Amino acid sequence: MYNFRYHKASTIETAISLIEQSDDPKILAGGHTLIPTLKQRLSQPTDIIDISSIDELKRITLGEGNVTIGALCTHAHISNSPEITKNIPGLADLAKQIGDPQVRHKGTVGGSIANADPAADYPAAVLALNGEVLTSKENHFAANFFIDMFETALKSNEIITGIRLQIPKSSTYKKFRNPASGYAMVGVFVARYDNDVRIAVTGASSTVYRMEDIEGMLKSSFDNDIMEGIEIDTTDFNDDIHASAKYRGVILKVLLEEAILELKET
Amino acid sequence: MVKVNVNINNQAYSEDVEDNTLLVELLRDKLSLTGTHVGCDTSQCGACVIHINGDSVKSCTVLAAQVNGKELTTVEGLASQGQLHSIQKSFQNNHALQCGFCTPGLVMSAVDLLKKNKSPTESEIREWFEGHICRCTGYKNIIKAVQEAIT
Repeated sequence: MYNFRYHKASTIETAISLIEQSDDPKILAGGHTLIPTLKQRLSQPTDIIDISSIDELKRITLGEGNVTIGALCTHAHISNSPEITKNIPGLADLAKQIGDPQVRHKGTVGGSIANADPAADYPAAVLALNGEVLTSKENHFAANFFIDMFETALKSNEIITGIRLQIPKSSTYKKFRNPASGYAMVGVFVARYDNDVRIAVTGASSTVYRMEDIEGMLKSSFDNDIMEGIEIDTTDFNDDIHASAKYRGVILKVLLEEAILELKET
Repeated sequence: MVKVNVNINNQAYSEDVEDNTLLVELLRDKLSLTGTHVGCDTSQCGACVIHINGDSVKSCTVLAAQVNGKELTTVEGLASQGQLHSIQKSFQNNHALQCGFCTPGLVMSAVDLLKKNKSPTESEIREWFEGHICRCTGYKNIIKAVQEAIT
């Protein structure tokens, strides 16, 4: 195993001061991305700062029309939480589709968002649910947070403390899983609000993005008819051993149609 | 070095470990609890599943330092007073193993499943084992064993 110095931080303040004292630190939450990357030397930090015992980051709180999810909430916690299953069932379903049950007992939402894997699931939910990423420094709107592949607006001494999502009228997440890894070859989150529709796509491109043209069409008529003759623009799509850009385009269109059909009567 | 105080199978341990020690290395190499196996070392195969504070997790993807103050159960902790746990018995009754390498992890996951869901359907059992690999492909009997343990 790759060698590093381990530190436990019991508060966010301690974690930040440890970050500032270290040459090349990494934050450890659930560890289910970080530890495998350490084993493979894909990440070679000098110091690991374990924040996993900070209990205040493990809460889910309902607000006025929104819900705040602590960064250390695990995928299992989110998928089983009554606050989430009742208010944003699409998100509970998304969390249930990550990895496998044992991985979901450890992996955290904050870790997934900080890592910003282009095929991660949560970024699609945060962007579609008009969400904010809350950190030790400031709140970032999702649109300004996810910059590119594995790249976010996070500064080196900034820690994600949670996400705040606007509760939609209805929502769903459709995902075509890579059969080996479970990651999204393409995933699409659709959220309906009283006067708005928001769609965010993950897995297809280098980072999560919104489909504003289709959102506009659905705002005037939320019906599958609008998809007829639609050509998905795949210019910037990932083209790799798992799927060609063109194939990802086909999958996205099918998933979108399924999502619209599901939410039509809601 | 990091000091780890941990309760494993109702026994308290206090160990000094290197910062980069994995939990499964602490269990197997330091504490000789070799019932927990290492199959893939990449969180795919599930041979290393144990319980941390009651939840089934893959111990190859947890640092030993992270379990300080926690309660662990490994496959060695299931039997009590010389009696196998009901899941272990049903694995035996249904010949739910061939080489047995993946079995400790599957048994630990099955125990967690039945704790959280008293009467899982066949598809729920299969879904729960998604993160396990049995290279003998003994899946059919493994599912049967869990179904027998439900009743």
